[in-house]
Amino acid sequence: MTDTAIATPRRIGDNDALVARRYRAERRFKFYGIAAIAVTAVFLMLLFADVLVKGLPAFTEHRLTLPIKVDQAAIDPQNSKDPKIIRTGDFDSPIRRAFRDLFPEVTTRGDRKKLMGLLSSGAADDFRAMVMRDPALIGQDAKVPVLLSDDADQYLKGRQTGVEKFPGQGTMTVTPEGEQFKLTSDGVALPSPGDIIRMNGGAFRVLSLSNAALLAEQVMAPKTPAPAASGAWDIVRFTVPENNRRIDDQEALWLEHLKEQGIAESNIAWRFFTSGDSREPELAGIRGALMGSILTLLVTLFLCLPIGVAAAIYLEEFAPKNRFTQIIELNINNLAAVPSIVFGLLGLAMFLNFFGLPRSAPLVGGLVLALLVLPTIIIASRAALRAVPPSIKEAALGVGASHQQAVFHHVLPLAMPGIMTGTIIGMAHALGETAPLLMIGMVAFIVDIPTGFTDAATALPIQIYLWSDLPEIAFQSKTAGAIIVLLAFLFVMNAAAIMLRKRFERRW
Amino acid sequence: MDAMIKTPVAPSAPRIAREKPLKIKARNVDVYYGDKHAINDLSIDIPDSAVSAFIGPSGCGKSTFLRSINRMNDTIPSCRITGNVEIDGRDIYDKTLDVVQLRARIGMVFQKPNPFPKSIYENVAYGPKIHGLAKNKAELEEIVVTSLKKAGLFEEVKDRLDHSGTSLSGGQQQRLCIARAIAVNPEVILMDEPCSALDPIATARIEELIDELRQNFCIVIVTHSMQQAARVSQLTAFFHLGNLVEVGDTDDIFTSPRDKRTQDYITGRFG
Ligand SMILES: Nc1ncnc2c1ncn2[C@@H]1O[C@H](COP(=O)(O)OP(=O)(O)OP(=O)(O)O)[C@@H](O)[C@H]1O
Ligand SMILES: [Mg+2]
Repeated sequence: MTDTAIATPRRIGDNDALVARRYRAERRFKFYGIAAIAVTAVFLMLLFADVLVKGLPAFTEHRLTLPIKVDQAAIDPQNSKDPKIIRTGDFDSPIRRAFRDLFPEVTTRGDRKKLMGLLSSGAADDFRAMVMRDPALIGQDAKVPVLLSDDADQYLKGRQTGVEKFPGQGTMTVTPEGEQFKLTSDGVALPSPGDIIRMNGGAFRVLSLSNAALLAEQVMAPKTPAPAASGAWDIVRFTVPENNRRIDDQEALWLEHLKEQGIAESNIAWRFFTSGDSREPELAGIRGALMGSILTLLVTLFLCLPIGVAAAIYLEEFAPKNRFTQIIELNINNLAAVPSIVFGLLGLAMFLNFFGLPRSAPLVGGLVLALLVLPTIIIASRAALRAVPPSIKEAALGVGASHQQAVFHHVLPLAMPGIMTGTIIGMAHALGETAPLLMIGMVAFIVDIPTGFTDAATALPIQIYLWSDLPEIAFQSKTAGAIIVLLAFLFVMNAAAIMLRKRFERRW
Repeated sequence: MDAMIKTPVAPSAPRIAREKPLKIKARNVDVYYGDKHAINDLSIDIPDSAVSAFIGPSGCGKSTFLRSINRMNDTIPSCRITGNVEIDGRDIYDKTLDVVQLRARIGMVFQKPNPFPKSIYENVAYGPKIHGLAKNKAELEEIVVTSLKKAGLFEEVKDRLDHSGTSLSGGQQQRLCIARAIAVNPEVILMDEPCSALDPIATARIEELIDELRQNFCIVIVTHSMQQAARVSQLTAFFHLGNLVEVGDTDDIFTSPRDKRTQDYITGRFG
């Protein structure tokens, strides 16, 4: 050290550069943190937005409301009012008849078939259920909800093509020209090729423009060949070409008509929550998968909670600390990190092949998930037990409680919120687990809603996986809809865990 | 009981040991934490119906020995004890002795107040409940009230027995812990620095209490306060580095210590 250094010792505050550098470093660090959070938030938002946009349409469906006379002869000829007989009645033909009556101009066989294709193949189910619920309707006139097919529904949800409509200006005259038609109007705004001109109950697709005249082909025959006055005709323009959508122009025009008449309306699709899987997207729901998940999780919970908590208490409080228990502890921690598919393989080998339990059953699914979640619950429970201050236990021992009494009277109740939190998080983990369930055959097309632990079932994430593989657009939105339900469950469970933790947080 | 009274006492023994019956007798006690030798060949006689104070610098093994008296050290896996500790002539490390019963007979009050996070009532009632000391609710309530009264807490909490024990002030909590300890009617009460977390007024309150309890209990108290030892105890034992350096009547220890280390400690030269 030099003399000068001794003579003028450095004081804190002398070094402004150092302080400035510290400030810069701190600001930089804060910025990195904020940037990291922002990036995470953006990705999360994108994910949620995507799922919501795709999935929300799954919660609505389009139905027609048709006035139908509930015919005694076709449904319950003997007037027995017996649900078994009503069930077998003919509900299909009245719906078809009523629907056909809306389009009297559709006469050819092919067109009629196409028209009926707009209805769901399960359209009669609602009608049947309605009459069975209220047999007094028989012989009466009823307003019957009729489900549309998935393609029609998708069209009305605007997921097949965009639609623009312009009112016609001037008088439109049609003159046949060989196979085609010549359309002339004295108005100004003229359609472009591909547009549809609707007039007199018919429709023409514009093929080309020549001078003031349009060359068009007939899509639907008009009722009269008379000219249509300004406002009595209009132009419909689909933004997606006919070849690129599953609803052709004719069907689209029928659906437009139904919508304009207020016959087709969008409703909440309770069906999504109340019916099982189906090959028809408009009929498919998550009830079966949800029940499968609930049954599976019940099995998991009833196995995991007692076994996990007992194991945690024993290991934390009573087990001798020797090499053997150390190995067990180590392996529990290792088990928590084992890929879930391995548990699935284990379940397949053990529960199905060795014990011969039924395939695809929630019982087996629950057993496998229990294996998966058990380490999580044991670890969380041990942490919760360890977090109880030893002074509480000492206090109990000090007044002459036995070790076991101290644990069960004092430590365990105090650790319970932590244990519940761990359990809920473990259950949430199990709810979202897919791979092990695939291995034990819970991946199957199952229409029936499972009611017991040995019924064939799937689970919610597996339903998502199954639907995501299907080509129909409607199933894509069902997939996202099921994801929304799954996420909602997970959020609720996590929120419950957080609330438990907040509610019972103790200051000792 | 008779055997205990007849135990011959050496003429050099402290006055108090001659006046009062012997309660706790320790001979050649060694305590180890793993390799650490925490108590070295300790022998002491502790009289009944008196307050005995353990003093000494930090880490000298006061708590360790105190916890050996109710076998609280059993809960520390690394702790090993040899030698002989007797209460009323009965070896407490005897294999046939039920340690839980032993701890019920020897109450303990810890350095940091540690009420159960339950109601005040539950705190005091817990011990009597698990030992079946009350036949019915009324008896239990009776025990709770008398214990709280003896601990000098009843007047302050009588309107809120259902409030959490942790909602009390530090001094009140410590008195609650004392009430909890005396509710099971122990023979010995061990107190490990019961006033270290308390202000002077609360301390005075507890010292008063200790003085009252002395009539019926054998009390052993660890303290870092020389004044406190001088005020409340009749017997004082000075520990140093795991050794019991000196034990004698409190008056003698504080006026004419025989060992230089004791003198240095009580005059504040180290520790
Ligand atoms: N659980 C333990 N494991 C290992 N060593 C311990 C343990 N408890 C105490 N010791 C050691 O034993 C010695 C005596 O500790 P003890 O707690 O009895 O001291 P003390 O006299 O009570 O001190 P203080 O006045 O600070 O409370 C210390 O050296 C301490 O480090
Ligand atoms: Mg101590």
